[in-house]
Amino acid sequence: MAEEVILLDHWGSPFGVRVRIALAEKGIKYEYREEDLKNKSDLLLKMNPAHKKIPVLIHNKKPVCESLIAVQYIDEVWKEKCPLLPSHPHERAISRFWADYIDKKVYQLGRTMCATKGEEHEAAKMEFRECLKLLESQLGDKPYFGGDTFGYVDVALVPFYCYFGAYETYGNLSMEAECPKLLAWAKRCVQRESVSRSLPDQKKLMERISDFRKRLGFE
Amino acid sequence: MAEEVKLFKTWSSPYGLRAVWALKLKGIEYESIDEDHDNKSPQLLQYNPVHKKIPVLIHNGKPVAESLVIVEYIDETWKQNPILPQDPYECATACFWAKFGDEKVLPSIWRVFIQEGKAQEELLGQAMENLKFLEEQLEGKVFFGGEKIGLVDIALGWIANLTCMLEEISGLKLITQEKFPLLFGWMQNFVCTVFVCLNPKPTERPRQLGGLQALDY
Repeated sequence: MAEEVILLDHWGSPFGVRVRIALAEKGIKYEYREEDLKNKSDLLLKMNPAHKKIPVLIHNKKPVCESLIAVQYIDEVWKEKCPLLPSHPHERAISRFWADYIDKKVYQLGRTMCATKGEEHEAAKMEFRECLKLLESQLGDKPYFGGDTFGYVDVALVPFYCYFGAYETYGNLSMEAECPKLLAWAKRCVQRESVSRSLPDQKKLMERISDFRKRLGFE
Repeated sequence: MAEEVKLFKTWSSPYGLRAVWALKLKGIEYESIDEDHDNKSPQLLQYNPVHKKIPVLIHNGKPVAESLVIVEYIDETWKQNPILPQDPYECATACFWAKFGDEKVLPSIWRVFIQEGKAQEELLGQAMENLKFLEEQLEGKVFFGGEKIGLVDIALGWIANLTCMLEEISGLKLITQEKFPLLFGWMQNFVCTVFVCLNPKPTERPRQLGGLQALDY
């Protein structure tokens, strides 16, 4: 049967980027559909009624929601090329653990840090720096989180590279000082076509974050 | 090599129970180590330095943390009595609903029971909507996993335990046979299966705790 793969996504979403990277790594042809988050399509609401959110991967008319679940699904269905998860159960568990950690911490802490002031900002910043330290130590001297090859945890984290500028500007951090290995890792990942072609336009993203902060009354 | 399996948990944590149920379903012998929330052991802190929480599964000296990660690990390591579906789409769907339970259902139910008055009424609507999604998933099935307990049943098992307790304390009935007939039936089936079927030598009825059934043993 001819494969039909559609991705409902939004240009700036780091979660959407994960799925784009996974599809690109596997060389899968798909139709990208940009969603207007203020005017969600009937298809999105039908394919993800529980959350009404992107990204949604639709494979032969069946929806897969939640970015990391979609990445694992892609890895399982198209398993011959570029495996993202390791094959050994314990290593798979470690990868899942760190992807889960990234999911729970990086986006929310980064967002809080960039979108608050005063005590709330300081608390988020402190926790965010701890998070970076931990990820830095987990990466260590390995080229990628899983070792020598680009994999699941890298896919989970690399979309947030686009926010490094925002973290530095609004968090008053230096990523080079906080996590030099993580910065080098991110630049290494961006050398991969699957990553560079999936990341959103950085300038556009910074403008979007700046507009968001203006609406909050920060600028 | 002889398997060495240990599980760090607490007596009450629903997250720890997930690992217990998965191990029991697979018939895996393990050593249970009950932790004190307020006085965590050095071993726990060593095995889970990131979150410093239970459950942590130790298999031949190697730790695995986070309850759903542990359940998937158990399923991939011991192949008998599969917990996750083989089919990638069904597997993704199971993972989705397990995550939905943790991220949406549990917090929305908890919020209902810790509020009162008008605030509670507003939160009730959200909780009911989340439960409706689960009710739909049970259409034509005994368990979320189909004929047998699967990942989603294990992930949502806390509903059978915690919701009853909260309803008993607050007097507010959330999951009734009238409102959620399938979920209500599932709760009965799940409790029965977990206690009776997984306990090889049941010597007593499930412990009664003010009308509730204890689901750990």
